[in-house]
Amino acid sequence: MKKRLIIPGVDQKLLIKDAAKLLPNPSRRLFLRGAASLGALTILTGCDIVDEDSAENVLRYVSTFNDRVQAAIFQPQKLAPVYPESMVTKPFPFNAYYSEDEAPEIDGESYKLEVAGLVDNKKSWTLPELYALPQERQITRHICVEGWSAIGDWTGTRLSDFLKRVGADLTAKYVYFICKEGYSNTIDMPTALHPQTLMVFKFGNEILPRRYGYPACRPSSATRTPSTLSPWR
Amino acid sequence: MTVQTISTQTIPVHDGATIHPGWVRIGHWINAIAMIVMIGSGWQIYNASPLFDFTFPRGITLGEWLGGALLWHFAAMWLLVVNGIVYVTLGLVTGRFRRKLLPIYPSDVLHDVGAAFTGKLSHDNISVYNSVQKLLYAGVLLAGAVAVFSGLSIWKPVQFQELTALFGGYDFARYVHFAAMACIVGFLVVHVTLAILVPTTIKAMVVGK
Repeated sequence: MKKRLIIPGVDQKLLIKDAAKLLPNPSRRLFLRGAASLGALTILTGCDIVDEDSAENVLRYVSTFNDRVQAAIFQPQKLAPVYPESMVTKPFPFNAYYSEDEAPEIDGESYKLEVAGLVDNKKSWTLPELYALPQERQITRHICVEGWSAIGDWTGTRLSDFLKRVGADLTAKYVYFICKEGYSNTIDMPTALHPQTLMVFKFGNEILPRRYGYPACRPSSATRTPSTLSPWR
Repeated sequence: MTVQTISTQTIPVHDGATIHPGWVRIGHWINAIAMIVMIGSGWQIYNASPLFDFTFPRGITLGEWLGGALLWHFAAMWLLVVNGIVYVTLGLVTGRFRRKLLPIYPSDVLHDVGAAFTGKLSHDNISVYNSVQKLLYAGVLLAGAVAVFSGLSIWKPVQFQELTALFGGYDFARYVHFAAMACIVGFLVVHVTLAILVPTTIKAMVVGK
C-alpha cells in the first residue's frame, strides 16, 4: 500500500528486475564467471587473461561511459512510434521474478502514494486523487531488457506533469521508485520528463489489473531499453 | 619444339615480401577478441528471451547472466566498432580491399569450391586469395556491418527508430541481428578450420610473412 517516490541522486542499480530471476547467486561475482568462455584464448596465451578485479573495473568504467553516451544520444522531444489499437499485444505478457498469483494484492481504499526527496510538496496521494489527474492514452511498444517486446495500451498521467505538480526538483538526476513487491528502480530525469513516460492507471481502458501493477505503474516504454514496468504499489 | 603447360600458373611462392601489413594483423586480432566477446555475451543475452526453440549452453556464453552479459556486450561493442572503422577505412583507402577481394566472379567461386573439395586448390601463394576466400572475406565484412547496424537499431529503437524501421521494426531487427551473428559464426568455423589446415596462414597473420 505504501510506496514512495523519492528523488535523490541515487546510484542506478545494475540489478534489473527482469534479470533477477536469471540470477543464480546474487552474492557471487556476477559478470565474470562466464569469462571462462575465453578459455581457448587463455590456453593459447598460457596466462589468465581475465583478471577478475581489473575486468570488473573496466566493465564498470565502460558502463559509466555508456550512460553518458546514452544521455548524449537521448533527444527529449523525440517520440516513440505509436500504434493503432488493433496492434495491441493480447494478452500483454506478464513478466516478473514472481508468478502471476504472487503479485501483491493492494487495497485501493487505503492505498497511498508517498512522495519524498527533493520535492516541495510531500503530501501522500490517494487513489481517487491520482485518478483525478489529467490523463492521456498512449499505445506504444514496451521493449524489455530481456529482448522481447509488446505493444501496450496505456492510460495515465504524464510523469512530468506529476513531478511538476509536486514541485520536484527537475534538475535532480534520478527518480526512484519503491514498489510493494520489493522491486525498486530508478529512471533518469530526462526519461522521467519525456512526454511518453506515464504514471499508468489503466491498461486498454480498464483499471490496471493486479498482474500489471494495480493500482498504478510506470512504464517508460516509450524511450528506454531496458524499459521497465515497475508497478507503483 | 617445346610443350608448355599452362595449366598451373607459376606464382612465386614466398618472395619474402610482407603479406599482411601491421594494421591488418593488429586489426584482425583485435577484431577476433571483440567478436568472441560479442558472440559469447550475445548468446547469453539471447538466452533471456530466445527467438527460437533453443538456448545456448551456459558454458559457452559470457557474462554469467543477462546483466553481466549486457555489460560485456556494450563494452566490447566499442572495441568492435572503433577497430572496425579503422580497419575498413584503411582497407578502402589503401586499396587493399579492392586489390585482394575484387573482382569476385560466380564462375570462379564455383570452380574454386569444386577444387577445394577435390583437394586441388593451391595454397602455394597465400598472399593471393582464391575466389572462395574473396567471397567469404567480403561476405563477413558485410555480415559484420549488418550486425553492427541491426544491433544499433535494437539498442536504441526510439532514438534510432528510422534505422529500426529499416530493419523491419524492433522484433524483426532481432532476427536480422541473429542472422548476422549466425553468418559470422559460420564464417568463423570455416575460417578457423582452414587456417588450422594451412598453418602458414596463421603465421602470416601473426608475423606478417
